[in-house]
Amino acid sequence: MNPITGTPAAVTATRPETAPPAPTRAETPQPVLELRGAAARVGGRTLWSGVDLTVRAGEFVAVLGPNGVGKSTMVKVLLGVLPAAAGEVRVLGGQPGQSAGARIGYLPQRRSFDPSLRIRGLDVVRLGLDGDRWGVPLPFGAARRRDRERVAEAVDLVGAGAYAHRPIGQCSGGEQQRLLIAQALVRRPEVLLLDEPLDSLDLPNQSAVAALIGRICHQQGVAVVMVAHDVNPILHHLDRVVYLAEGGAVAGTPAEVITSETLTRLYRSPVEVLRTADGRLVVVGQPEAPSTHGGHHAAV
Amino acid sequence: MPQSDGPTAFSWNLLADFQQMWSYPFMVNAFRAGAVVAVVAGAVGWFMVLRRQTFAGHTLSMVAFPGAAFATLVGMSLSLGYFGFCVAAALAIAGLRRDGQPGGAGESAATGVVQAFLLACGYLFMALYKGLLEGPQALLFGSFLGITGDQVLILAAVAIAVLAVLAVMGRQLLFASVDPQVAAGRGVRVRLLSTLFLVLLGAATAEAAQITGALLVFALMVLPAATAQQLTARPGRSLLLSVAIGLAVTWLGLLAAFYWPYPLGFFVSTFAFAAFLAAHAARALAGVRARQGRPALLGGAA
Repeated sequence: MNPITGTPAAVTATRPETAPPAPTRAETPQPVLELRGAAARVGGRTLWSGVDLTVRAGEFVAVLGPNGVGKSTMVKVLLGVLPAAAGEVRVLGGQPGQSAGARIGYLPQRRSFDPSLRIRGLDVVRLGLDGDRWGVPLPFGAARRRDRERVAEAVDLVGAGAYAHRPIGQCSGGEQQRLLIAQALVRRPEVLLLDEPLDSLDLPNQSAVAALIGRICHQQGVAVVMVAHDVNPILHHLDRVVYLAEGGAVAGTPAEVITSETLTRLYRSPVEVLRTADGRLVVVGQPEAPSTHGGHHAAV
Repeated sequence: MPQSDGPTAFSWNLLADFQQMWSYPFMVNAFRAGAVVAVVAGAVGWFMVLRRQTFAGHTLSMVAFPGAAFATLVGMSLSLGYFGFCVAAALAIAGLRRDGQPGGAGESAATGVVQAFLLACGYLFMALYKGLLEGPQALLFGSFLGITGDQVLILAAVAIAVLAVLAVMGRQLLFASVDPQVAAGRGVRVRLLSTLFLVLLGAATAEAAQITGALLVFALMVLPAATAQQLTARPGRSLLLSVAIGLAVTWLGLLAAFYWPYPLGFFVSTFAFAAFLAAHAARALAGVRARQGRPALLGGAA
């Protein structure tokens, strides 16, 4: 036993970007997510195709691309809600949707709670643990104690201890997002699918939540797939990016993919990637998808 | 101390008062029916307030009126009229709404359509009946006189069924109400639960309407639940509190209506409203106190 309390954050901070992650979970030889020539079609229109991607435990992958290109659809394909139109998709060694539930954590596109909702953040996290069970939970016993500990652990992991007891409607956007990440993590999933979790957060909260997700990913050995509109807040936490385009896709490390040449080839129109003095990337000339709908289908 | 000035004078000795009231069989039935209805309305109403489906609840309670009018017109049992119409209206709302979102735009439009049509039907049934003018008033504002033992049995049987279904699906319903997207991702049948809940809501309003009348159903469906949710944000406690408040205001209302010559619905609504105001004031006070100091107990963990 080594007293690791408090040290992991420092270790991660000093570790160079290229070092392999040190997952606490036993390393599985086979990848957590695997896509081979995968394509998605919604309403007869091919959104993207030719996606080749392998994600292992403890890797942080961003799904990028213009509005309406089908970034959220990628999450739905991985969840098994939508079948892939072509190619092969394997999630945790099986078909997508087969091993749903405990092994996959999912955070849908930004949803905020009504300010008048009188349910504690703690209860929302708890619903992520047992909300899909039938019947009334017993108010006593070992199972209840275990559940409470698990919820408290998840809340601590995202640093939400100070406000988890408040009604969630009264928490700020950043606080709600942290609690929702705790909800997605409470069953100790092996894969975390996040759909624009930084959307509509202010800049300090964007980088704080991005750092939190990066920390969870690398420390807990959770494979993270995050749909993002802007790559900058997460850029230095990322292991891999997937850029989606109409009818195509390209995957690789950020340095390989987010370049003028690669994106110009992908979008078949001039795209320029500029690097600012502080290391931020600006993508100029990225086409918007032709359709005004797509990618934003309400998931009901 | 026993009072000697008449059988129906209120003494401040509550024990003696209850003994006196319960010496009348119709009052015993009234208290039994009131208890059954308050428990069901408190539990189902709690979910209704949480799901912001008060408009659907309002419509279903309005529908109790044409239900009772129809039952009177064709001469069938009143209870059957209440339950039949309320549950049918719940299914109609569930079938007509387009989006699955509770409290959403599609549902509120469908709800309005059902309410307008069924209220018009109620008016027609009354016109066709052409009799007994005090009938509509009891239908609208409730009555606790003449509740029979059979009626109590029907109320209790429906209540047990409603509470049993609610207990089985309660946790999933809470998940689907608070966080429908994630619940659906976890395999919770959000739309099915939503329809089932509307049926429970129909049954619960039909129960409450038989005591409070169609217009005052909200006294038992909304006020106890809203009061409880003001007082605590813990789901379990809040739900139990809602039931307890409903039970208290119903029994207090019956007590008041026995000793004073004013309608039961007025008393029940007034007590429930007073409880709501008190809870609101208590929360405002707690908010002021929290702002004056007392930092949060736990520091940020990361």
